Amino acid sequence: MSTTRALDGIDETLAPQGRRERNLIYEWLSTVDHKKIGILYIVYSLIFLLIAGFEAMLMRIQLAVPDNHFVSPQTFNELFTMHGTTMVFFVGMPILFGFGNYLVPLMIGARDMAFPRLNAFSFWISAFAGLLLYFSYFGGSGLYAAGSAPSVGWFAYAPLTAKVFSPGHSTDYWTLAIFLSGIGSIGAAVNFVTTIVCMRCKGMRFGRMPLLVWLYLVTACLVFVAVSPLTAAQIMLTLDRYLGAHFFDTQAGGSAVLWMHFFWIFGHPEVYILVLPAFGFASEIIPVFSRKAIFGYPAMVGATVAIGFISLGVWAHHMFTVGLGPSANTFFVFATMVISVPTGIKIFNWLATIWGGKLIFKTPMLFSIAFLFQFLIGGLTGIMLSVAPFDWQLGNSYFVVAHFHYILVGAILSMIFAAFYYWYPKMTGRMLSETIGKWHFWLFIIGFHLTFDFMHIPGLLGMPRRIYTYEANRGWGTLNMIVSIGAAIQAISILIFAYNLVHSYFKGKAAGHDPWDAWTLEWSTPSPPPDYNFAVEPAVNSRRPLWDLKHPDDPDSDYE
Amino acid sequence: MMSAAAIHTAGAPGGRETPWRQPYRGTVGMACLIAAEASIFIIFVVAYIFYIGKSLSGPTPAEVLELPIFGTICLLSSSITVHFAVSALRKGNLRGCTLNLAGTVLLGLIFLGSTAQEWYHLIHDDGLTIQTNLFGTTYYSLVGLHASHVVVGLILLSLTLAFCLMGRVKQEHAEKLETLSLYWHFVDGVWVVVFLVVYVLGR
Amino acid sequence: MARHWWVAPCAASFFAGEAFAEYPANIFAPAATPAHSIFDLSMLVLSVTLGIFLTVAGLLTYALIRFRQRPGDSNEEPPQIYGSDQIELSWTVIPILIVVMLFLTTARVILGTQAIPKPKNAMNVTVVGHQFWWEFRYPQYGIVTANELHVPVSTAAHPEPTYLTMTSADVVHSFWVPRLAGKTDVIPDRVNTMWFNPHKPGLYLGQCAQYCGAQHATMLIRVYAQTPAQFMAWVRQQQQPAQQSFPGDPLAAEGEQVFMHNACINCHTIAGTAATGRDGPDLTHLASRQTIASGSIPNTPANLRKWIEDPSAMRPGTLMPAMHLSQHDVDAVAAYLTELR
Repeated sequence: MSTTRALDGIDETLAPQGRRERNLIYEWLSTVDHKKIGILYIVYSLIFLLIAGFEAMLMRIQLAVPDNHFVSPQTFNELFTMHGTTMVFFVGMPILFGFGNYLVPLMIGARDMAFPRLNAFSFWISAFAGLLLYFSYFGGSGLYAAGSAPSVGWFAYAPLTAKVFSPGHSTDYWTLAIFLSGIGSIGAAVNFVTTIVCMRCKGMRFGRMPLLVWLYLVTACLVFVAVSPLTAAQIMLTLDRYLGAHFFDTQAGGSAVLWMHFFWIFGHPEVYILVLPAFGFASEIIPVFSRKAIFGYPAMVGATVAIGFISLGVWAHHMFTVGLGPSANTFFVFATMVISVPTGIKIFNWLATIWGGKLIFKTPMLFSIAFLFQFLIGGLTGIMLSVAPFDWQLGNSYFVVAHFHYILVGAILSMIFAAFYYWYPKMTGRMLSETIGKWHFWLFIIGFHLTFDFMHIPGLLGMPRRIYTYEANRGWGTLNMIVSIGAAIQAISILIFAYNLVHSYFKGKAAGHDPWDAWTLEWSTPSPPPDYNFAVEPAVNSRRPLWDLKHPDDPDSDYE
Repeated sequence: MMSAAAIHTAGAPGGRETPWRQPYRGTVGMACLIAAEASIFIIFVVAYIFYIGKSLSGPTPAEVLELPIFGTICLLSSSITVHFAVSALRKGNLRGCTLNLAGTVLLGLIFLGSTAQEWYHLIHDDGLTIQTNLFGTTYYSLVGLHASHVVVGLILLSLTLAFCLMGRVKQEHAEKLETLSLYWHFVDGVWVVVFLVVYVLGR
Repeated sequence: MARHWWVAPCAASFFAGEAFAEYPANIFAPAATPAHSIFDLSMLVLSVTLGIFLTVAGLLTYALIRFRQRPGDSNEEPPQIYGSDQIELSWTVIPILIVVMLFLTTARVILGTQAIPKPKNAMNVTVVGHQFWWEFRYPQYGIVTANELHVPVSTAAHPEPTYLTMTSADVVHSFWVPRLAGKTDVIPDRVNTMWFNPHKPGLYLGQCAQYCGAQHATMLIRVYAQTPAQFMAWVRQQQQPAQQSFPGDPLAAEGEQVFMHNACINCHTIAGTAATGRDGPDLTHLASRQTIASGSIPNTPANLRKWIEDPSAMRPGTLMPAMHLSQHDVDAVAAYLTELR
């Protein structure tokens, strides 16, 4: 391995510039720097991760034994609504936007996002949306009656959201929070696309962009077509609740099924909005720790674009039990199964990248390997659910809950952890502790598999989701206890991770430019990079500019 | 030890590659915004079409809607004037640009006025509100959503007009004005769809 | 890593075995044709996915062990391989073939379950979902009951499938009895249908599978499959008007008066009396049911008294209000309801 010293000459601004004395709070509140905004996004979502994780723990305590009275039914319903909404809109999306914000300009050799002020606006509006959602705990029934968060479920099926079934304002807080977060997401997506299309450095043709950048490009395009319908549906719901419109009022001829369509036209691509950036992390981290170029770059790009398109045509597989009729069901079965082909291509290409490499099992790689296995399993249970008749049994059961947590936690969160271990040195200039990292990894994996492997079984035994309790005679008790124990182990591992983030910030080893001996442009800058990223605008000749630099005798540009 | 300059001066070996050119940010950003807005409108249009004829009570579109021909002509011609404004600015013809912008704002205002008149008539004379039935619900929200976009466009155009009158607009701003004109063309395009759905298909 | 894949297939063979009684809602213990055809299809799907898993996970595990960096390895980077058209083509085409196979099989089951005409000898039941209970109406027999669905067993010799026509009075629910059939949503602005034909007599448990509000969790379903003779006996008993004279039980007679002079009658029907409400369950033969509160509470006199006194205390969020009756009146109404056999 060549050392980082080779890169010392790249940037003349090695030493931290003599910083002017600045007001730290003012600086972070008013910043338009993509790196600072990225970190704001990340910190903000970590806080919400802890909150929503706490909600999950309360639910797991309630469900650990049958006929439990730990929380009231109403509280339980609020908990799963808040847990789902928070995790999707205020943890998943912002944390991925955060990493994107930080990495995309660095990886394409730009000095900032295309619209820095829009970038700040998008973050703050999303942040405000999250606060608004949680303000419902105080303002849900007016300030005098605290403790009335929304309890309509994260997909908020009509007409349960109508004024008569959900009085008070908690549902309105939910609607507004989603609406505002949608505005923020669209703003961020506009920024990503424009940055990627217009701000690439010299020589960075589309075919040379790092895969992570490609995946953010497709993600951002999906946001336009997927998040906007949800925004529109929230406008309709607000009109229903405030102005007495009848979009989803079944008493006046409105349609409950229309809401389902609108929600899932958003809801399914949303899964891909969350998972594509995770694919991006994997496509950067796995090659570096296998010491090989990514296998089949054009196929990876093609598969990404294909996933983006197909994901727009699969939404009704969430509605196999609605009674859409045999022909509609058959179509959506087909579309859903087809999406497994490009997804499979991705898994095989990662496998081929590992094949013949020289694997280094640092923490980022460990999480990436866990991601591969868990994503494989989550994908295969997805195939089971795409078989509509099987879904008539499995849909809305704990099997589904286990399946999508396999994707969201097993795949996406694992990859987010990998990304933390991989890019934290770039963001802070310090390495995350490997020792604590290994503890984090193994506890997380044990907890994850205890929870989500065993969670499949109650679903097979007829346990529906979103129930606050169950009878002892159903035979779900032991399994739920195991699931809850696993959840507790996961919670411990997350706390260890949080400790690692703080501890390493002060005590971590200095990272230097390029601690992983990696190949993309962000590693040519100091850690953390200066405000302007690159003292001289870079120019590239291949997909791995730093490889070319380290191996001038055998550069990538000869093979592309 | 690598040369520091390697990464920065690489690329374009022997001038084989074409000069490095990328699209204008404003255009791309606006295209993205239009894609997102179009998706929002599509959902409202789908809801409108889905609910055609499903109202449980009157009044029906056939009873109360009249074709807003005049407003439509005004709005569509404003697309032409804004186009002239852009091409005038590109040629450095500031006076032409100002005049055409003023025309655009005026035509947009006339359109809004005609919508306002239509709504007044519907609410006051026909008793159709957003609460009356599914037709009222979908009609006011779709037409209202479009009208709110017209309002936003008019605010931006008026600002530009004000800048023109203050003499702050120069030839080099043509690209920016074009970005704004893209938005205005989009708003007009949406109106064509709304017109066809509400006044032709839905009646 | 993830070695727990044995879960689904093992569950299939294990739970499908003798353990029926222990898992009353096991999808792998089918007891009617729709559940059976899903079971058969699911076995195919499980084997295919298991095969894929073993292949890919095996390759991955092999690669992780074989290609790990070992102490003493040279510092050379491994050979850089950028792709291979043949290999990539193969792992595109093979999945496509698998998908086509799975799709065709699935389509056949969908058509076989959803696109079949309603059989002539079917027993019809209209299901109406409410927050948080089920209304069952038997148009052929003129019966209305709640939460406990009685159906005849359907055998090869005497096929009599049960055909459900379903809608909702308020929000979206979903009707799911795993051992009989897959779930079907019960939606206010539409009518859905489903059918099943229990092969053996018995009690089949299920519950609402679409979140519908505070007490979604206790919106249980009990399906009693009975021999044709038993079923017809039940039908005849349900067709009787409600009992109206209570010789030897003055408390019940008093309870009837209390019931009829309170708001109870606005929501409940008792056939042959002034009580004709439809917001709550039909109580004409309440005492013939084994449970109250949508199958979540055993139907005992003590429970009935507690329930009438304050339903929300037993089931927070239930829509039935406490009527603020005196203790004596509560006892009387409970005595009356206990007589409604």
